[in-house]
Formats: sequence, structure tokens, C-alpha cells
Amino acid sequence: MSAGPPERGSAAEAGAVGASARRLGGHERVTGAQKFLADLRLDDLLHVKLVTVDCARARIDRVDAGAALAHPGVVDVITADDLPKPMPRFGPAFADRPVLAAGETAYHGEPVAAVAATSRDAAEAGARLVAVEHEVLPAAVTIRDALDPRAPLVQDPSLRPGDPLAGTNVLRERRYGWGDVDAEAADLVIEHTYRFPMVTHFAIEPHGAIAAVDDGGLTFWSPVQHPYLLQRMMAELFSLPLAKVRVVAPDPGGGFGGKQNPKFEPLLAFLAMRTGRPCRLVLTLEETFQAVRRAAAEIRVRSGFTADGRIRFHDIQSDYLLGAYADIAERVVAKSNYLACGPYRVPSARVRARAVLSHTTPSTAFRGFGTPQITWAVESQLDEAARRLGLDGLSIRLRNLAAKGEPVVPGDVPADGHWAQSVRKAAEAVGWGAPLPPGRGRGIACGIKAGATTGLSYATVRLLFDGSVLVLAGTSDMGQGARTIFAQIAAGELGVPLDRVRVVMGDTTIVPFDLQTSASRSTVFMGTAILRACDDIQRQLRELAADRYGVDRDAVAVERGRVRVGARQVPVVEVVQAGLGRLRGELIGNGVMRKTDVPDHPLGGDAAFYEFNCTAFEVEVDTDTGELLIHRHVTVGDVGRALNPLQVESQDEGAAIMGLGHALMERLVLDDLGRIRNLGALDYRIPTTKDVPSELRALMVENQDGPGPYGSKGVAEGGLLCTAPALAAAVTQATGAVIRDLPLTPERVWRQLHEPGPA
Amino acid sequence: MTATRVLHLTVNGTRRSVAIEPHRPLLDVLREELDLTGTKECCAVGECGACTVLVDGRAVNSCLVLAVEVAGATVTTVEGLAPGPDRLSRLQDAFLERGAVQCGFCIPGMVVSARYLLATNPSPTVEEVREALSGNLCRCAGYNRIVDAVLAAARAEH
Repeated sequence: MSAGPPERGSAAEAGAVGASARRLGGHERVTGAQKFLADLRLDDLLHVKLVTVDCARARIDRVDAGAALAHPGVVDVITADDLPKPMPRFGPAFADRPVLAAGETAYHGEPVAAVAATSRDAAEAGARLVAVEHEVLPAAVTIRDALDPRAPLVQDPSLRPGDPLAGTNVLRERRYGWGDVDAEAADLVIEHTYRFPMVTHFAIEPHGAIAAVDDGGLTFWSPVQHPYLLQRMMAELFSLPLAKVRVVAPDPGGGFGGKQNPKFEPLLAFLAMRTGRPCRLVLTLEETFQAVRRAAAEIRVRSGFTADGRIRFHDIQSDYLLGAYADIAERVVAKSNYLACGPYRVPSARVRARAVLSHTTPSTAFRGFGTPQITWAVESQLDEAARRLGLDGLSIRLRNLAAKGEPVVPGDVPADGHWAQSVRKAAEAVGWGAPLPPGRGRGIACGIKAGATTGLSYATVRLLFDGSVLVLAGTSDMGQGARTIFAQIAAGELGVPLDRVRVVMGDTTIVPFDLQTSASRSTVFMGTAILRACDDIQRQLRELAADRYGVDRDAVAVERGRVRVGARQVPVVEVVQAGLGRLRGELIGNGVMRKTDVPDHPLGGDAAFYEFNCTAFEVEVDTDTGELLIHRHVTVGDVGRALNPLQVESQDEGAAIMGLGHALMERLVLDDLGRIRNLGALDYRIPTTKDVPSELRALMVENQDGPGPYGSKGVAEGGLLCTAPALAAAVTQATGAVIRDLPLTPERVWRQLHEPGPA
Repeated sequence: MTATRVLHLTVNGTRRSVAIEPHRPLLDVLREELDLTGTKECCAVGECGACTVLVDGRAVNSCLVLAVEVAGATVTTVEGLAPGPDRLSRLQDAFLERGAVQCGFCIPGMVVSARYLLATNPSPTVEEVREALSGNLCRCAGYNRIVDAVLAAARAEH
């Protein structure tokens, strides 16, 4: 039983759940003391540089490392010939990614070899000296190219035995649906194709990792979001017991999904084994862009509506452009398109979603996990229906929104929030319905994403002899503030001031198992595990107190840091010390949250919760330049309970601005050799302080109706799910121009205004 | 390997001397030779601001400055901003108080850029703060809390 909120004015209250407690680790971050991966120093370290070729796809004929090995400071050069045969492959869902390009490169930036040297300069010089004889081959880098029957195959069919699609570049096709789309009567049918660009995560910390041989096993230092996945994959790849594979995971300097899955750790492990020294790779920003990105998409939607704006059906053909290796990208397609119809009542649906391979950077998880792409398409359809039927974006959404308890996918988890509340809150905050100054428009949109569908988190809480607390939790804190809310939970449950709680993360030999940090799951899964660990400690406290005071265990209650025995109230620390006695010691509590598979569910399990967001804009368009001036940007999340309101708002604001990035300015540009032309910060633009809307508000609805601690839900992806369609709707209202391809660059907006294509 | 030369400079109030090759950027020398890893490397082309330090009181992108160019100069990094061990400057404290810090990787550069702004313009407007920080990229925050923190620190210092 949870202890409930602490006494008003107590030290415990200042840090407890619901308070905007100061970020744990904040002090280290403002003083420069926080150690990120590239800040770590190890003895005897070798620096690694990747060797790549300047095109997407090439046949590798010969790799000559002679000149590189002769360069002062170069200790080793590893090529495909130095690796076991067949080439070892790995991946979180399909073991398709080779440690080094095997015979052919499959994307611009795929490593062909790697150099290890005593300095960065020597490694870079050595890498330039590795001669790779290669022949450039035709590459498929767009959806159309990849789907062409004559297209070169991105993956050898032998990698996909028994797969009927193995002779194509379609990795998988998912089919979802209900009702009968073809039998639905509709007064209005709208059909359009929408495009979402290739964008990249651009965490400010570039990727990197270190591997070392150690004690008969391997140690990895990697800001990986899933340390235990890395541990398992490396144990399997190198045939080591889990106990001999250690992953030390420093807090990432931003992850957003791009740091979930192993990429270069296996290569570093081979180098570490060959050289006997720790090997460290830190990518440049350009190399990081070549390593991770979001799937681009082309989505054709045919939607039917009644004359009064009710959705009758959606018929969706959704193609997502993955990269050369699957990574977790097929799951991205599956999970997001499962909820393609959005948070609405939709009588009939047909969704065909294809994960299409291409000779490009492997796409991976990226905040929103495929949802921004499909939401861009389907929400835009709603706005067009509204325009054609004489409704507005708000009323058509309220008319169709699923009420709490109503299905969004028949037979599956129903709507788990009073979503209309969030929609009304967003509408009010943006001033919906108020007279619009000339040249301005408003738009509103909704987005929904399923939280984790299965999962497992363990937590250990140690109540020490002086009443201070250690929380061991395997989550990765990449800025979302997991460490802080975990401390807040323990502080509140055990009645300890926040500054007497320490959270230990990021070491698989010390911290118990956590499946992963993704899907906005950690508040619910790890938070619950910590709550249960605290419950375990409270049980032990009751036993100690029962022994000590000679009463029945049931006569003892533990709340707000005090143990109540009849009329007596004794501080927890007193019970601990009296109970444990002269030999001292501690109380150790363990907690687990497990959500298991649902057999026959297309996603393997049903959603633990939904993340629901409503975003609204008021925008002004400069018709001479196509530039947008955003007067108001509002985002509202249905969060259940904000365990740390400041952190929730901060994350939602960040998501909102990140959404503006792909809505307004971001896209990777490829040439016909499949090379990314805008690598790096000069040519790939993300929002700066000068791109922030005049007014940006991140709001929330809290109904304590989530499955997490104190009624919380997962948060922090919602803010970018529907940014783009809300913004485009505002642009359309302001100018009449309808745009179906992102980003809404000034050029694109200008062209649509002055040289409009077909309506 | 090119011949090294000895570089003398003052870093965070301490005279330092280090033998380096002339092509090394200041960022690299701070992080690798002087063990001041607070300043970060991200874009390496002077766009992101993660590497911002003060040289003779002026904010520079240390990835674009050769260390030999600052011979004899006074350099301040994020490690040199706090008034003492275990203490924070008003600016650093404001960043924490206002929720401006998330992953933290951009923060050293942000705080140094903000320090420079307040040293040259003690009462900036919102627009002036945004302009001054426009060379510091952040991917986590919406920027507004960072701007708030700088404004709050400006008010506190007056």
C-alpha cells in the first residue's frame, strides 16, 4: 500500500511526487562535471576511426591496410577478412546487420574497415590511408526505386529464409482492419498521398562507445538506452555468459530513440580482443547522421465521411522507407500503423503498411515511433473533410473522438482518457473561435501512440542504516528526468528528504534487469517496480517493528516516513536502527513490474496506456517569402499524473520544438548515388532560439487515470505526434494553400501559394 | 607528427603550460591535455555552440580556434564559472531552478554564452537573449526555459 503524500511543509514534501523537484544530476550538468561517454578516460585506450566509401552501394574488391599500418601510432586495422566466417550479424529484431560491410556496402557511411591508433589524429590519418578498391553499384534510395521490380535487392534473400518477400525490398507487409471499407456508404470520399521526409535525431551528443576485454569477458561503455539488450546481444554474439558481459551506460546526451540499439559495439569488441586494449569510437556529427534516422513515408489515404463529418472509413496504403538493415524499424511500422486511424471512432478500416528496405542509413526508433508520419496523413484528411463539409478542425475532431472506454481498435484496449478534455483545453489555450487578425490561421490536431505493449522492469531499493536510500534502477536517463522521479517516489514512500536519496543506474553488474528505455514506459514500468520495492521495505519495517514492540504485524502501519504502532509514531530510521541492532545492516526491497505477451495480438501485446496529445497553432504566413510566424503553439498531453510537473512540461516543450523541426525545416537530402548531401550542422537545420514560437505553452490534463504510480501515464513523445498536421491546417486557413509534403519550408509554402499544384 | 611547441595560457584562473602540435584546436587541448571535459564536442564546424568558451572574456567556438592562437590568453570554461567547489553561480543556479537543463550536453556551451551576454549586456531583453544564444543548439528543450533562466539570473544580479 503506498504511503500517500507527505505532510505539508515537511522536507519530504518538497521532494515528493507531484513536486517540481530539482533535477538529480543537474548540478553536475551546469558545472561540466557530468561525464558523458566521450569524457571517460581509460588507461591504454586506443582511438578508432571508421573507414567508409563515398557512395551508398559498392562492391568491395580489395582492402589494403598496408599504408595505414605503417603510419606512426596505428596499432591495428580490422577488415571483413579478419572477422569470423560467415560474417557475424546482429540486430534487435532481425540479425541482419554485419559487423563490417560484407562484400558490398549497403548505405553511405557503412564501415568497411576500422583503424585503431594511439591518438585520434593517427586513427584519422590511418583511416585515410586504407585503400578500398571498390566498384560503385546502382542503389535504391527512394520508395519508388526500392519497390521497382528491377530494383537491386538491399538484402540477400539467404538472410530471410522462408520469407515469401525475400526476393523483394519489402521487409514485411502488415495488414490491419475491421468492418468492411468497401461496403461503407459515405457522402464524401477524399483520397490523397502524403509525404514525410527523412530526418535524423541530431542529439547534441554524437554517438560513441568503448569496448574492453576484461576478466574473461567484455566490458562496454555505451550511452545505450537499452543496456541489457546490448548485454544480451553481445553475450550471444561472442558466446559469453551474461555474467561476463558488463555494460556501463553513461547518461546519454540526448537519445530520442537513436541510442536504443547496438551499432558499433561488436566492431569495437573485436578490436579490443585483437589489440588487448580498450578501444574507443566517438563519431563525428556527420557520421552520426549516417548512423541513425527516422523512416521517411509515403502514405495514401482514402477516407469516407458522412455529410455531418463522421468518419465512415479509412483505407490506407502506408509505405515507410527503412534503411539497409532492419534495426527496430519494422516494429516502428507495425506499431504506428496499427493505430493509423487515430483516437477516433472509425466503423471500418483497411491498413496495409509496408516496411521497405533501401540502400540508406538504417532507420531506427525515433520519438513517436512511426506515429508522426501516419498522423501527418490521416489528420490532414480530417482537416480537408472539415473544409469541404463546412465544419472546423475542432468540431470534426470532437464529433469523432472516442470517449473514455470506447474502442479505437475494436477488441483492443479502449480509450484510456477523457481525451476531449485535452482537445478543449488546447482549443481554449490557442484562442479557437476568437476573431482572427488578417493573414492568420489556426489549426488543431490530435495524436495517439501506444505505450509499451509488453515489458519487464526490476528495481532494488536499499534503506541504509542512517535512513538514507539507494535506488537501483536500470533505466537510461537521457534528459527526460527518470533519475529524479525515481528518487521522488522513494523519498515519498519512505519519508526521506530527496537529498538523502541516491539513484544508481547504468551498470549491468550492479543494477537489476530492465528491459529497455523506450515507448515512454519508465514512469509506469520502473516507477511501479520502485513502488513495489518500497512496499517490500515497508513490509520488512512492519516486521521489525512488530518484533521490537511485541505486537502483531497487522497492528503496525508505515506511512510518510513514520511507523505507527497503536498510538505511537516512531520515525522509520529509529525502527531500522533498533531493529537491526549492533551489527547494523540495511533493509533491501525488491520490486518487479512485468507485462506479458498477449497471444495472437498483432503487436505481441496490448498497450499499457495510450499517449494522447492535442496540438494547436495560430500562425501568420508571409506570402512574399513563404515564411511562417508562429504566434501561438499549444500542446496538451493526457498525462494521468505529472510526478514532476516541471520535467513533464520541459519534455513536452522539447517535443513540440522537435515537431516543429520536421514540420518546418528538417530533411536529409540524398543524391542519386545515395549519399547524404547535408551532413552536419551547417546544412541540416534544427530549430534554434530564433525559431521558437512567440508563445509556446505545454499544458496537461491530470485525471490520475494511468496505470503508473499515483495514476501516472508515460509522457514525452506526445508533443510531436501531430505538430505537422496542426501547423499545416493553420497555414491552409491563413492562405488557402494545402500542402501534403513535409517540411513546410518557405520555398514549398511560397510555391504552393504562387504556383499551386492540383487541389 | 609535427613538432610540438609549448603553449602557456591561463585557464580558469590557473597558469597552464602544455606541449602541443600547432594544428590542435583549443577544444581538443582543453579536453585532452588539460582534462577539462566540461566543454563538449558536437558539430566541429562552429554551428552548434557546444564548445563555447571565453577567451579574454569573449565567447568563442573553441572547435574553430587553434590552441596556439590563444597563447598568453585567459580562457574560461564551464568549470570556471562557479564561485567555489560545491557552489553555483547565480546563472548556473537559475538554469536548475527554471528547468532549463535536460540531458545537459548543450548546457556548458549555453551557460558560457549566457555568461558572456550578461557580462556585456546586464539587462537583456528576451529578443537579445534569444539572439545571443542562437548559436547554441539544444535538442531536448524548447529553449524557453533556458531564456527564462538567463533573464532570471540577470534580474538576480541586479
